Amino acid sequence: MAVIESRGTPIYFGSRIPQPVPTILKTDPALDDVLTVNFGPNHPSTHGVLRLIVDLHGEHVVGLAAVIGYLHTGFEKTMEQKTWWKGVTYPARVDYVSFQYNELVYVLAVEKLLQLQVPRKATWMRMALGELTRIHSHLVYLGTAALEIGAISMFWYCFRERELILDLFEMVTGVRMHTRYFQVGGLAEDIPRGFYDQAWSFCERMPKAVDEYEAILNTNRIWLERTKGVGRLSADDAIALGQTGPNLRASGVDWDLRKREPYLAYDQVDFEVPVYHGGDVYDRYKVRVDEMRESTTIVSQCVERLEEMQGEPWIADDRKVVLPPREELHTSMESLIHHFKIVTEGYRVPEGEVYVGIESPRGESGCYLVSDGGPKPWRVKFRAPSFAALHATAACMTDAAVADLIAIVGSLDAVMGDVDR
Amino acid sequence: MTFEGVPGLVETKEALGETTLVVDPARLVEACTHLRDEEGFNLLLDITATDYLGWGDVPVSGYIATPEGRDLNYPAAQGFARTPEPKPQRFTLSYHLLRVADDSARVRVQVWLGDGETVETVIPVWPTADWHEREAWDMMGIAFDGHPNHVRILMDDDWEGHPLRKDYPIGGEPVRFSGEE
Repeated sequence: MAVIESRGTPIYFGSRIPQPVPTILKTDPALDDVLTVNFGPNHPSTHGVLRLIVDLHGEHVVGLAAVIGYLHTGFEKTMEQKTWWKGVTYPARVDYVSFQYNELVYVLAVEKLLQLQVPRKATWMRMALGELTRIHSHLVYLGTAALEIGAISMFWYCFRERELILDLFEMVTGVRMHTRYFQVGGLAEDIPRGFYDQAWSFCERMPKAVDEYEAILNTNRIWLERTKGVGRLSADDAIALGQTGPNLRASGVDWDLRKREPYLAYDQVDFEVPVYHGGDVYDRYKVRVDEMRESTTIVSQCVERLEEMQGEPWIADDRKVVLPPREELHTSMESLIHHFKIVTEGYRVPEGEVYVGIESPRGESGCYLVSDGGPKPWRVKFRAPSFAALHATAACMTDAAVADLIAIVGSLDAVMGDVDR
Repeated sequence: MTFEGVPGLVETKEALGETTLVVDPARLVEACTHLRDEEGFNLLLDITATDYLGWGDVPVSGYIATPEGRDLNYPAAQGFARTPEPKPQRFTLSYHLLRVADDSARVRVQVWLGDGETVETVIPVWPTADWHEREAWDMMGIAFDGHPNHVRILMDDDWEGHPLRKDYPIGGEPVRFSGEE
C-alpha cells in the first residue's frame, strides 16, 4: 500500500502553513475589534503548562502564538552529568504519559552503541509493556480530550481501564508510573508470577471497553459537531510540519515505524495500522481508538510468546555492562568487583554517535546520543513528538472558533513534559 | 544509496548502520533542498546541536562544572582508556532527515561550526525547522540567519547564557529571592 493514498478530493488545496513564521498565525492588521486573550499557561485543557496568545475577532481565532518552556527541566543537561546506567531514570520523566517509550528509546540507543544483544524474553516483554503504555497514553488522551469538550463521563470510563494497566505495571515493576524497568541489556527483574493471568484478563476486557467508548462518542451529536471538520491538516502540511504518529495517520499517511522499520520483534506480530483521511479532530480520535484495539492484540500475542519463555534469561549475560545476580556477590570475588565497578564508575560506552527512533503513542520518539568512550554520555537529545505536534497548532487553526481551539490542542495530544524537556 | 550529488558535501560517514553527511555550512540550504527534492527526504525529524568543548581532554567526560570552574578531581572523573578522535570545530548541528515513502530511509546531515558562527535557516525547506532552530539558539547559542522569529523558546526571554553549552555551570545560577533581600 502506498504511503500517501489519495481518496477523492484532498483535505484542502494548497498549504495552510502560516508565513513567514510557520508556528505563528498573524492577525490581519486591517481587522478592527480584535481581542487578545491569554490562554494558559495554567488552564486545565492545556495538558500541562502551555500558553497560547490568541487574537479573537468575535468568536473566531484570527491570530495565534504558542509560548512554551514553562516545564523545562533540563533533563538533557542533567543526563550529561550521570553515568549511562543512572540516566535510565530520567527519560521516563520526560514524557510522563508514555513513560516506558522514552525509557525504551534510551536503552535501545545505548544498546546500539554497545552493540549489545538482548535476550528474546526481554524483547517481547518490552513490546508487551510498550503496547500497554500506548493504550494507557491513548486512554489519557481520550479521557481528557473528551472531558474538555464536555463529555465528562468519558474521563471516568477511560481512567477505569487506565487503572488496570497501572496495576499491571505495579505488579511487574513495583511502581505505577516511571517504572525504570527496562535496563541496558534487558529487564530489571524477571516477570512475576501472575502477570500472565492478569494480562490475559485485561486483553479480554479491553476490546469491550473500547466498544463502550465508541458507543458513547461515535453517535453523539455534540461530539460529532465539535470534532468533524475541525482542525484540518492535509498530508503535505503534516509532513512539512514534522508530524508523526496518529496525527500523521489521521491525515491519510500510512506511516508507522513498527511496520516500516520494525524494531524489537514487531515483524513477528500481526496487527493493522489504522489510517484515516479526514485530517480533522474526529479522525485523530478514530486513529487512536483503533490503535487501542490493535495494541490489545499485540499485547495478547506477546503474552502468548512470553508464556513459552518461562525460565529463560531476562537480561544479557555481559558482566561489563549488566549487574551480576545478587546471590553471586556472596560467593564470587569477580562478581563483587564487577558490581562495584558498574555501580561506582559505570560502564563505558564506545565512542560514537547514534540516533534511534521508535513509534511512541505520540509519533516518532527519538534519542540521539554522543559518547566519547567514557562512563557518561557526552550529549543526550530526545526527539520529542509532542514538540513537533505543537508546531501544527497554527496551521490547524484556519476558520476555527475559540471553542475549537480546545478541541484542536487536545487532539494533537502534546504532553508538555515532552515539549519542554 | 550514494549521496555524490549533494552540494557542498565534505565527507560521508557510515557507522552503526547510519549515514552521516558532513556538509559545508555555507551550502547547507542548497544541500537540504537537494536532499528534499532529489532524494525525497520530506520530513525533518530533529535538529540537534552538540557542544564539543573540551572533547578529548583527559577526564572531561566525568567533569562537573561548578561556579568556580571545573572540578577535575570529582569522583568518577578519572581514567580514560584512550582519548577520542579530535573534532574539527566546537559545535555540530545534526539534521535528522526521514523519507516518508515506500522506500523509507534516514540520513543525518551535519555541519561543523565554531563559536559565534551562524548558518542559514532551513525553514523554507522544512517549516518544522522553526522551533528546532529556536531551541538550538536558546540551548547552545547557535544563531540562524534569516530566521523570522529568532528568539528564545524554552528559557526566559531575559536569560543569560546558553544552558547546554559545556562551559555553562551546573548549579551556578544565582538565587533570585533569598531571605536576605
